[in-house]
This record gives sequence, C-alpha cells and structure tokens, in this order.
Amino acid sequence: MRPFFLVFLFASFVPQTLVIAAGGSREAQAQQSITDRSISIPEWSDWKRVLFLQDYNTRIVVLGTTLLGMSAGMIGSFALLRKRALMGDALSHATLPGIAIAFIVATSLGLDGKTLPILLVGAALSGLLGIATILLVRNLTRLKEDAALGIVLSVFFGAGIALLGIVQQMKTGHAAGLESFIYGKTASMVASDAWLIGSAGMICVLISVLLFKELTLLCFDEGFAVSRGFPVVFLDMILMGLVVIVTIIGLQAVGLILMISLLVIPPAAARFWTEKMVNMTIVAIVLGALSGMIGSAMSAVFPNLPSGAMIVLVATAMFLFSMIFGIPRGILIRKLRRYELNTKINRQHLLRGIYEYLETRGLLNEKQTLESLPVPVETLNQMRSWSLPALKKIVKRAERERLVETIHEDQLQLTEAGLKEAIRLVHEHRLWELYLITYADVAPSKVDQDADAIEHVLEPEVISELESLLIQQSTMGVIQSPHAIEIDQKQTNPQNPRSQGLT
Amino acid sequence: MNTRESSTSAPQPELPLEETPLSVYDLTVAYHRKPVIWDVSFKIPPGKLVGIVGPNGAGKSTLIKAIMELIPKASGRVQIFGKPYQKNRQRVGYVPQRESVDWDFPVDALDVVTMGLYKEIGWCLPVRKKHRDLAMDALERVGIADYARRQISQLSGGQQQRTFLARALVQNADLYLMDEPFAAVDAATEKAIVQILQEMKEAGKTALVIHHDLQTVPEYFDYVILLNMRVIDHGLTADVFTPENLQKTYGGRLTLLEEATETMRRREQSL
Amino acid sequence: MSGLEQWNWYLDGWIIVAGILCAVSSALLGNFLVLRKMSMLGDAITHAILPGLAAAFFISDSRSSIPMFAGAVLAGILTALFTEWIRSFGKVDEGAAMGVVFTSLFALGLVMIVQAADHVDLDPGCVLYGAIELTPLDTILISGWEIPRVVVVLSIVLLINLLFVIFFLKELKLSSFDPALATTTGFNATLIHYALMTLVAVTAVASFETVGNILVVAMFVVPPAAAYMLTDRLVRMIVLSVILAIIAAVLGHISAITVPRWFGYQSTSTAGMMAVAAGLLFVVAALFAPRHGIVVIFVRRQILAWKILAEDIIALMYRIEERDAQQKPDAAYLREILFSSPLPTNLTLRYLTRHDQITDSDGMYELTKTGRDRARQLVRSHRLWEHYLVEHAGMSAENIHKQAEQLEHFTDRQLREKLNEDTIDTDQDPHGRPIPPENKTN
Repeated sequence: MRPFFLVFLFASFVPQTLVIAAGGSREAQAQQSITDRSISIPEWSDWKRVLFLQDYNTRIVVLGTTLLGMSAGMIGSFALLRKRALMGDALSHATLPGIAIAFIVATSLGLDGKTLPILLVGAALSGLLGIATILLVRNLTRLKEDAALGIVLSVFFGAGIALLGIVQQMKTGHAAGLESFIYGKTASMVASDAWLIGSAGMICVLISVLLFKELTLLCFDEGFAVSRGFPVVFLDMILMGLVVIVTIIGLQAVGLILMISLLVIPPAAARFWTEKMVNMTIVAIVLGALSGMIGSAMSAVFPNLPSGAMIVLVATAMFLFSMIFGIPRGILIRKLRRYELNTKINRQHLLRGIYEYLETRGLLNEKQTLESLPVPVETLNQMRSWSLPALKKIVKRAERERLVETIHEDQLQLTEAGLKEAIRLVHEHRLWELYLITYADVAPSKVDQDADAIEHVLEPEVISELESLLIQQSTMGVIQSPHAIEIDQKQTNPQNPRSQGLT
Repeated sequence: MNTRESSTSAPQPELPLEETPLSVYDLTVAYHRKPVIWDVSFKIPPGKLVGIVGPNGAGKSTLIKAIMELIPKASGRVQIFGKPYQKNRQRVGYVPQRESVDWDFPVDALDVVTMGLYKEIGWCLPVRKKHRDLAMDALERVGIADYARRQISQLSGGQQQRTFLARALVQNADLYLMDEPFAAVDAATEKAIVQILQEMKEAGKTALVIHHDLQTVPEYFDYVILLNMRVIDHGLTADVFTPENLQKTYGGRLTLLEEATETMRRREQSL
Repeated sequence: MSGLEQWNWYLDGWIIVAGILCAVSSALLGNFLVLRKMSMLGDAITHAILPGLAAAFFISDSRSSIPMFAGAVLAGILTALFTEWIRSFGKVDEGAAMGVVFTSLFALGLVMIVQAADHVDLDPGCVLYGAIELTPLDTILISGWEIPRVVVVLSIVLLINLLFVIFFLKELKLSSFDPALATTTGFNATLIHYALMTLVAVTAVASFETVGNILVVAMFVVPPAAAYMLTDRLVRMIVLSVILAIIAAVLGHISAITVPRWFGYQSTSTAGMMAVAAGLLFVVAALFAPRHGIVVIFVRRQILAWKILAEDIIALMYRIEERDAQQKPDAAYLREILFSSPLPTNLTLRYLTRHDQITDSDGMYELTKTGRDRARQLVRSHRLWEHYLVEHAGMSAENIHKQAEQLEHFTDRQLREKLNEDTIDTDQDPHGRPIPPENKTN
C-alpha cells in the first residue's frame, strides 16, 4: 500500500554526501574482500592534483567549502556568545517544510521546482518562521529555550517529511534528487554554487564586520544595549537572519548536520585561544576556512572519505587540539597554572611551617644562628596535614630553589634567601589574617585572590593600618610578629616595619 | 470637586520640570501577575546623591529597570529632565547589577568601558583611539587603569563593579542609575565608588543608587527614598531616615495588605 | 474518498500500537529532559549513535541486532558523557558542547559507514532510520501469537522506562530540581543523571531502529512540553504527557492516511504526521491551557480590566450621588474622570445596565438599588483601606488614594470587617469623607 514512500523515507535520510562520495569508488573496490577495509593510499599524483588544485572540480569544492567555513566561523562566533549555538540545529531542520512547499508551489505554477533560488527562498522563509516560533514559545510561555528549540526542530522536520512524502507522488516536476539539493552535495559542487556561497557568505561577513560592535554589545549585555537605545530586537533579527543565510547556503553545500557543526565547532575552538572578541572571530574564521579546505582536500585525495563528514572531523580535530593545548583557556594550560599555584602554596606552607616551628620554640631571638637552626621534617609533616612523600617532594623543590637545605637525613634548615622569603610570607599572611578580622564584611572576596603581595590588592592606607595593628598585637604578645626579631639592622626603617625582612 | 481624591505631593519647592533629573508619577509594575511596585511617585532634586533603601523584594531593582524601560510598566509616567526616557536617554547612565552579564565573555575591561560610547560612535563605525583614550580616562578615574587589558573574568568583584561604573562615567550623563554598586565589593572599592559619587555630585550630576547597608546611608546619601513596594517616604536623609520610617519600611508586617494582595493574585488566576 | 476504507485493522492496528509504544516510552523520559532543560539531547543522541552502529558492525562483522544495539546505546551514553566533559573541563556553553559532540560523532559515523558500505549490504538508511510502516511485516511468534518484533522490543523498553520512572520518581524529581541538594541529601544525582541518559539512549535506539528517528525526537520533547503548559504537578505532567503522546500517535497515523487524500495524493509518512500531530496538540495547549495558556492569560487580563472598570464606574457614580444627588453623569463625563477609552466604557455601561446595576435614561446614568448597594460596599472598602494604610503603613493621606483604588476591587465583606476591626472606630476616611455602612437602605 505504501511501499513507495518507505523507499523515499530511506532516501531522504541518507546523507547524500555519503552516496555521492561512495558512488565513484564503488566499482574500483568491488573486487576487494569484505574484511579488507583499509583506505587505499593514494598515489603521489593524486596528492599533487589536489595540493596544487590542478583539478577544476577540486578547486571549486575547496574554494566553496573554505568560503563557507569562513562565513560560518564569523556568524557562529556571535551565535555562540549569544548562547544560541543550537539555534542552527533547529533552524536547519525547520527549513525542510519550506523547501517542500516551495517545490510544490513552483511545480504547480509550471516552473522548474528544483530551481535553486526558489528552494532557497522557501527554506529561508520556513527557517525564519521556525525562529519566530522559537522566540514566541520562549517569550510567551513558561517553557525555556531548549524546549522551544526541540519543539520547532522536531515538529517542523516532521512536517517536512510528511510534505516530502507528498512531493514524491507528484507526477510533474521530477522530485527525485530534491533531497540531495537539500542534504548536501559537496563533491558535486559546481562553480555557480561556489559563487553563491562566496557572495552570500561575504555579504554576511561584511554585515557582521560593519555591525561588529553593536552585535558584540548585544551578545555581552543586552540590558545595557536597551538602556543605551539600541534597537535590540532589530539587532537580534539581523543576527538570526545571518544565521539563516549561512545555514541555508551551507545546507545546500555540506548537508544539514554538518552545517550545524561549522557554525558551532570553529567558534567554540577559537574561544580557547583568546580573550578578545575580535581575535576570537578571526581565529574562528581561520579555523572554519581550514576545516573546509583541509576536509574537502582530504576527501579529494582519499576517494572514499565523504567530504562533508571530513570537514567536520577536521574541525573536531582542531577543536580537540584547541581544547587541550589552547592558550590561555585550554585544559593543559589551566592545569599547569593550577599546578604552579599549588606548588607556590606548598612552598609558602613549607617556609611558614619552618618559621612557625622556630617561632614557637622561641628560637627566633637567637639571631646569630638563625639560618642554621635544624628543623625536623617529621614535625613539619605533623604541622600541616601533608603526607611524608608529598612533603619530601615539596622539600626537594624548595632545595632546588635554594630556599632550604637538608642537613641531616630528616632535618632541614633555611638558607639566607629562604629565611627572608619566610619572613616575608609570614608577615604577609598575618596581615591578611588581620585584614580578615578587621574587615570581616568585605574581606572574603579579596583574600582568595591569587595575589603575590598584599599591596597589589589592598590600598596603602589599609596596609599601614594593618601594620600598626600587627605591631600592637605583637608587643602585646598576641602574635609573635616576624618584626620582633631584627634580622638586618641596617635595613630597618622604624617608620615602616614592612621594610624589615624585605630586601 | 476632584473625584480622584488625591493631590500631587511635593514637599520641596517646585523646580521647573526640565531641571528635575527624575520625576516618577504613579508608577506600577507587575511581574507576571504579582504587582512588584505600586503607585510609586517621587521627584529627585538635581545634584544630589540619592539612595534607595528597602528590604529584599521591595522592588528596588524593578524601579530602576522600569525607569529605564527595561521592563514594561503597568501604569504611570517617568520623566527625565522633563521629557520621557526615550527622548532624554543620552542623559542617563546605567550601572547594572554585576550578575547581569556573562563575565566569561571575551572582552577586556577597556572594551567594556568603550561600550558606553558605542552610541556616540555611531552605527557601523569602528572604535577609534580617542574613544579608547576616553575609556582609559574613565578607568583611571575609578582606579583600575592598570587592569584595562585584563579579560573581565580575571578581575575581582570590586574591579568588575568599577568597570561598570567607568562604563557609565564615560557616557558623561547627568543622571546615573546604579543597581547595588556596593554589593559584595571590598572596602577599597566601596571607598573609591563613594569618592567618585562625591566628585559626580560636585560636578552637578545626580545619582540614584540602590543601597542595602543602612549603616552607611546617612554618610553616603543626601536624599533617601524608602521603598517597600510603595514609597514609604522620600526626602532629605536627615528628615526621612528615621527609626519610625525604617520600622515602616522593614518591620511591621501589613498582614491585611498581604491578604488583599493574595486575594488579588488568586482572583486574577481563577478568572 | 477518505482513505480510511483501506483501513486494515491488522496492518494499521500494529502501526498505531508501535507508534503509541514509542511515543509513550519517549514521553515518559522526556518529562525529565524538559524539566532539566536538556530537550535537545534526544536530537543529539539520535544523530550521535551512528559511529556506535558502525563500530559494532566492524567488530562483530555482522548485522545482527544485539551488538548493533549495544554499540548504539554506548555511543548515546558517550554523547552525554562527552558533552558533560567538554562543558566542565573546557568551560564551553552546554548547547555548544552538545553541538560539537553530536555533529562530530555523526561525521565519524558517516566516514565509518562509507568504509563498510562499499563492501557489504549495510544500508545506513535501513539501519539508522527504520520506518514505522514496516512494522507489521517483521513478526515473531510468541506463544502462538504473531507479534511484530518492533512491538515486542518497544514494549520491553516501555516497561523498563515505566518502572524507572515509578521507582525513582522522587529521586528524579529532586535531582531535576536541584542536583546539588540531591547529592547532599544522599541521592547520587550523577548516577540518576546517567541512568536517565542510558534509558534515553536505549529508547532512542530501540525506537528509531524501528519507527524512525523524527518520531522519537518529537516525542521526547513535544508531549512533555505540552503537558508542562497544562499543569504544575509533576505526576500530572507525566500522566498528561503520556495521554498526549497516545493521542498524537493515533491522530498522526489517521491523518497520514486521510489528509493527503484531500489534495488528491495518497498517504504520507506516518512518523512525520505523528510529529505534526504532537505539534498541533502543543499549540492548542500553549494557547488554551487553563492557567498558563497564552490566550487564557490574555483573556483573563481583559476580563479583569473590564471588571475593574465596571466597579470604578459604579463607585464613581456613588461618589457623584453622595456629593449631589441630582446630578446624573453621562458617558463622556465618566470617561473624562476615569481616563478610559470610549469602547470599553460604553460596553461596560451597557453591561451594567443589562445587569440592573444602573439605569440609562437618554445617555444619563443613575444607580439602581442593587448598583447602589454594590457601590457603597466598594466605597466603604476604599475608605477603610485608606484608613488602614494611613494607620498601619504610615502613609501620608495624599498618597493613599491610588492604592486604595486598587485594593478596593479585591476586598470582600470578610476582609472589610477585619479592616474595620483593625482601624480605629470612625465613620470618616482620612480625607474627611464618610465611610458608608456595610448595609444600609438609603
């Protein structure tokens, strides 16, 4: 009863990139055994042909996908920062009913239903309708953005499938291959397609360059933009319109899912490399272009790699690389910074531990032997909840930095530099503690700053106030201050106790 | 006879409207179905630092946002120097709450401050050096010029607040609306902000500041609006910042009023 | 012809059963996806399982369904896992993280399948996107009954999902609402999360292998979203979503057969029409939901505004009478004082006349007795409120009128009595006007 559209249903879902890409190589590989799935290594001539763009077809495809990658990278950056990364997903699905209706209408008017501009207009209209629906659902109902996206995506796509089921039965208009128009045909891109992508893409890029600061403001602080009198709704429409245009030209070229990835992956990867909006868009453009270029070139060299999918995988590889190695936001650099911070804290704890050990035993007054006072490692270990191996590592590092020396199997002593550093640290630490007590209301937000020196964070007046408090307390015997001992009389400045111990 | 039964309240000598930075008449705002502020009316005189105080949920932020037309008002009228907000927008500077933006956004402090100038720069035109210089001056004024090139998430809370303040300063507005600029900032920032407010006042500017630390109100502000869904009182700090008024603002639950509000809500739902 | 004369209870019956089973199992889990703001996950997972299928095929070198199923489910779970990793380690926005993961996995799957497709008859379309119309053709025998394989598989999935939702309802509720709280109170929110993700993947794979992916994606989101519009209670929401899913499935199949005939075509895709039917149900729910519907909210506001206007009119007429019993206001006069526009005012006057609250004599209006009683109560409320506000809220007399104006419309007799008790005994309001008694014949 309905077998014809089962066939159709399959066809409509099979990404055409796959079929097209596979088509050429099928005969050549027909002889190979089932278990042999290795990718045949191309000849040098194949490489040369692609690398030097000798082949007209390759030139077109590489050019088209590169341009597409560039414009998607640029527009995608704004979409990502506006937290609308998945809007492209919903949008590209929402174009389907528009394409089907455009085909039906054009055919019944006696036009060629497969004329590209007609289909693109249909796609754009239903894409915009989809976006309008998303915004309406989000703003007028209690549902959140994600549900609005999901509803539009699935219902519009379902409607599209149902409409295509009808298109398939139309006697006029040769509907066959309509889906391939929609679901990508990278490998068979022709010059006019590349031109279309190029010109539409460049228009999008141009618009977003011109409106760069307005769009940035929209993405960063919508409320402020409204308060300054910017037409936020209009700007939002422009941004969404740009996403629609890029998505539609991309749908045509690389297919639905793959288009989403071009909008999302390069900007997300670019974010790892920079803290500046301009740089982010530039990096996203470059990454998008590279994905398009390398991906399509690879698919040209290796005949049985579908180009759309290869473009995405190249982009993914770049994303993973960026996420791990990106500076300043990649995982490795952040881990490294954390590690450095931890070592710094550990070093501080070690030096302060030694200092406090000496202090509590009243050894600090014997200034003559201060540098050579031995400190048992075991005691230090108990002072902080370190494990012995961890402490050993910390000690070793401090030794390399010439802050401490191991005099015995399990005894330490400070070097001269170590002592100075210890005094500085203890002093700083106690100032912070005092600050916490005296400014209890505001202090917590300050103290967890990774600041080396208190003077970078607090105002000079606050510091001098704390200094005098510290001296008071130490003379009252509450806290044994590092200044009670005079390490270096020559540098002592009675007006500013901080200069003691600091060189 | 006037059947409206109400008269306009103006305890101070009448100023020409063009010189009154902000006049609010019968402003009512409702979120969803719950009225948040009711029939708020007040005027603030020029060249004053005005504090808005009131308990949590009293509608302080709502008031500022409604003045700026960031949220729709149910009724009432707002005038900035005698004209509707839309007409005199360039004379208003806004310092939003710190939580209102994504601090992970790829911009640095200088970029954020420059945003205050985007309107002046004009559509499609790029930011030029003179704009950056202006922004830099503003950062200098708030004392964080050293951090101009830091990505904003790497600023401390106080520095982020000062960045927002600088963005408002760069607009060179006449009336500043500030939503809790002292929330969770350090003492140094608080001092810096107060000093800037004083400088602004000396330059004849007006600032309307949401504040929650009652202790510092008399010290910081000349003029106070006590708000708890409605204006309890407003006027010179010395006159209206009294224990009785505070009691009315913060304490003394108006049970019957709450009951009526609840009925109002239920009725609207059940209709 | 409607197309229904070709209805075949065996074929169409099983198709509908399969559709219902798929829709209900998806909708059950979908409630929690919608509440967790993860509605796009269903879409992501259905795309991302492709490499799982391909890998399973490579490893097992067969098209048998068990390894394929396992591979696909694994890929689905990995999607959720990778998304979470990229979000937390890479500090990428959740939507973007999901976008990166599922498109990448899909592309990977495509490449893998192309390698396989050259050698054997592994049609990705067939593996990936089954069709619900094929349901009755592939049957197995269970104790003498010939039951479509799809129905058996989906029944098992439905049973699992149902048990999961029933047994872990409160855990799901808590961890959807506040994962941090859930963890602190001893539930492992992460465990619940991944259990949910696993079942989502299982449902997605089982469903679209047999009935098509668009249906499962739609059913994950649309019926729960519609149910969310209709109720504020979780259990009711789940039950409603199930009912809506069933209706959508039945309606979808029937319209797939009938609707195209109206335009001279034969039937169209059942899965697509089921999604469309669900969409229509959502539109109806979004517009007409009793509490949260768009239309309902709008109408409610209008009615309230009219009610208030009506009360304002009679209260105003009472005050005019109070001042000068002879004066009879006309519509223009009332409009001027109430600042109301002509249309609502005239309609309200007509309404009041019809309900015997006022009489209309040549455009001049006068209160009837019932109208006067009602108006007196309103004015009484108003003036009591003014008293209360001055006394208890410490507001100055010139500021209170507006508030009392608003409050008077929501004050019933009981509240008026309380107000009366709570204010000092007086028969004058702060402006010196008399407070009318509760019941009086003038």
